[in-house]
Amino acid sequence: MSTDVLDLKEEKKSEALFSKKNRQLLSNPLDSDNPVTVQILGICSALAVTVQMKPAIYMAFGLTFVTAFSNLFISMIRNSIPSRIRIIVQLAVVSLWVILVDELLRAYAFDVSKQLSVFVGLIITNCIVMGRLEAYAMANKPWPSFLDGVGNGLGYSAILLILATVRELFGQGSIMKGTPLEVHPFEAMNLPFTGNGVLMMPAGACILIGLLIWAQRARNGYREEA
Amino acid sequence: MENLVNIGIKSIFIDNMIFAYFLGMCSFLAVSKKVSTAIGLGIAVVFVLGFTVPLNWLVQHFFLNEGAMAWVSASFKDVDLSFLSFIIFISVIAAFTQLTEMGVEKLSPPLYASLGIFLPLIAVNCSILGGALFMLQRPYTFGEATVFGFGSGIGWMLAIVSFAAIREKLKYSNVPKPLRGLGLAFLIVGLMSFAFQTFLGISF
Repeated sequence: MSTDVLDLKEEKKSEALFSKKNRQLLSNPLDSDNPVTVQILGICSALAVTVQMKPAIYMAFGLTFVTAFSNLFISMIRNSIPSRIRIIVQLAVVSLWVILVDELLRAYAFDVSKQLSVFVGLIITNCIVMGRLEAYAMANKPWPSFLDGVGNGLGYSAILLILATVRELFGQGSIMKGTPLEVHPFEAMNLPFTGNGVLMMPAGACILIGLLIWAQRARNGYREEA
Repeated sequence: MENLVNIGIKSIFIDNMIFAYFLGMCSFLAVSKKVSTAIGLGIAVVFVLGFTVPLNWLVQHFFLNEGAMAWVSASFKDVDLSFLSFIIFISVIAAFTQLTEMGVEKLSPPLYASLGIFLPLIAVNCSILGGALFMLQRPYTFGEATVFGFGSGIGWMLAIVSFAAIREKLKYSNVPKPLRGLGLAFLIVGLMSFAFQTFLGISF
């Protein structure tokens, strides 16, 4: 999904807006600088909403939207925020976008909104949003900040989708349950299938993320001193 | 009374903020390298969660719910401000942590030195806002909300202190290099979470 969005953007690019540096803002968070597995931000929701793919996709869209637009807005007003109260200002801006997402979900996708329960509200304190505001938007121009927000949102979405696919496929034996694309691979291939209860529990997701980090670090050669 | 005890036990052990909901994971993973700092952050979380949940309960029931403002004047009885709860809750939490930080700084410098640095961090800890939002979803009374707040805080502290103790011991083990640090931390949190599920069903 994430690469489609990238291609789409590049087709209509104008040189200055999507220079090499700006494209990296979008692509780095997907792997080498991933917010979830490398920066270890936004773990709470990544574990809680990935039981099925449908809520995970909605959550991914919600977070990307909030990160991108909060980054844009904070970056626009960054020079007039007094540094002592900046956290409160940031929280206020972020919660405006989150309220918007929450109201939209309640209006157009009420069942998903029920499934996500408190985790839509918790986007406010999602470390990815706050982390990007502090680390990037407070020191950069609006357009790169916006791209940085989209990039990190997509990085989070990628991890969410991987987790949700594995958990739904091996936990329940279906893919994209509750959407028109619903398939049951095991039934279709006439294979015996028993749901794996461990994957349905949040603890299973935790172990899955641990393994994912292990695999990614083994591939990228990242070492941590600990 | 029995009810309150049950809510307390449930929020500490069964619905543990970390092991059942994985809330507040960012600071949980970042500040759990040493037991002493983990205790400092744990106490700060117990304090903030224990006070902001009942505070937010009051705000919700006297200002935000539909018709809650009828006590101000009869003309407000149709006002429903519940869509504002996110922004109001987070402001209450941020203001409370800021005030506590300033108060502790004035009244007790030694306490400030050990606790103060954690307080501003806590405003953006998911477990605090999570506690307020869970309180909103469940029909708690004021007393129950207070017990729930303190219980959740104690559960969070229990989790971070025991996790920090395990991590201190891990320094002496020979772990595969790419798994070192956070990869292994996740595996351990997963296993601890399984362990905590054995508390399921305890009640009076």
